[in-house]
Amino acid sequence: MKDRLIIRVVTKITTPFILVFGFYVITHGELSPGGGFQGGVLLAAAFILYGLVFGLDELEPILPRRVSDSLAAIGVLLYAGLGLVGIFTGYRFLDYRSLGLAGSESAEVWGMALAEYGVGITVTAVMITIFREVAQAKRREH
Amino acid sequence: MSEFFLLNVVLLLLLMATALGVFVLHNLFASTMVLSLYSLLMAVMWSNLDAADVALTEAAVGAGIATVLLIGALVVVGPEQKRHPRIRWPGLLLVAATMGALFYGSFDIPRFGDPGAPAQAHVAPQYIAQSVPKLGGENQVAVVNGRPSSDFDNFHGHVPNLVTSVIVNYRAYDTLLEVAVIFTAGVSLVLLVGQRR
Amino acid sequence: MVVFDLYNYWVFILLMMIGLYTVIASPNLVKKIIGLSVLQTAIFLFLISLSKVSGGTVPITGPSAELYSNPLPHALVLTAIVVSVSTMAVALAIIINIKLTYGTIEDDEIRKTEGH
Repeated sequence: MKDRLIIRVVTKITTPFILVFGFYVITHGELSPGGGFQGGVLLAAAFILYGLVFGLDELEPILPRRVSDSLAAIGVLLYAGLGLVGIFTGYRFLDYRSLGLAGSESAEVWGMALAEYGVGITVTAVMITIFREVAQAKRREH
Repeated sequence: MSEFFLLNVVLLLLLMATALGVFVLHNLFASTMVLSLYSLLMAVMWSNLDAADVALTEAAVGAGIATVLLIGALVVVGPEQKRHPRIRWPGLLLVAATMGALFYGSFDIPRFGDPGAPAQAHVAPQYIAQSVPKLGGENQVAVVNGRPSSDFDNFHGHVPNLVTSVIVNYRAYDTLLEVAVIFTAGVSLVLLVGQRR
Repeated sequence: MVVFDLYNYWVFILLMMIGLYTVIASPNLVKKIIGLSVLQTAIFLFLISLSKVSGGTVPITGPSAELYSNPLPHALVLTAIVVSVSTMAVALAIIINIKLTYGTIEDDEIRKTEGH
């Protein structure tokens, strides 16, 4: 679709807005509808749109395969790591109170926000990976 | 009747029409596009049923990513079905029996929107009570979900979005493993399709 | 009247049965996945319908709301949607591999190639 002028221009204009909206949805997950799952999918949608229009080879330098694969694991590890902090500080697994220094009131909110970021990172990376693999299946045919 | 009811009925009719369209259409590309429409209508339906978070997810996932994936797969496997599906009587019989059983069972479900239904009575009031700030703030209402808000305890990490607090706090183990499932899906896709060095 | 009490659940049943019959009757594997998607979404509709409280609002706490819908099924469905698209992607990957191996995605033809 690289030769379609309108699609190309519209993609370049809309991609940053989709990214900003995706970040907004992840970071405001506690205040408004949204959260890691939705925001992650929106972020992935921006990359998928770019990949659809300009091709997988153009997507590669923007988000190398190695990076997106590592991000998928990093998100899960961030979430599970949050849980382990609880264990090592004498609370239970995934007890966000463990994050508070000296009983800080906002520890729960911070824990929830970090868990959402973990979810968001994994969902983004996995959705991009899924798109990549399904899209490149066509090439393997030949 | 209220706008809620009117919108609900119109959306339900459209949903049935699109679901039938998904079933009837022979070309798989057409079927996929109607499925995308069905998902989008479902998202509108859910925002009408007070599930804003779910509607956002469905609009992004069902109408967006799922359609892209299906089309990506159809490019490889081809959009044409070999022949029109003939009626499979055992399947039809099974579906009819299941439908009859479900209709029979549906009469025991509490009426739609009933605030006193058992599903509304167990843990959810507690979650709401812990997230709504105690009486005393500005414009604070005195009664929330039938309970006086003065006897609510202030959860120190209360966040306004109850769905988020259920997902990453009350049901945090569940979500951790859901994320693990998504990660596993990504890994298995790489193993199934990818050709790695 | 019983119709006004239960119409949402009845539509859920019809949608689910359309999905189920598509899964059973269609010989094409991609069409089966599409039917499965309809079925899953119908089940989500059922869960969300259960969580609705008449006169309630979106479960995001605000200063003047008195009645919230039940947030628990929302959380359940939210994660289920994302998991369903992941599993659909795995299913599609398997179908692509089937196409590359057998040259067809009609289930009876695959069975014929296998010699059963």
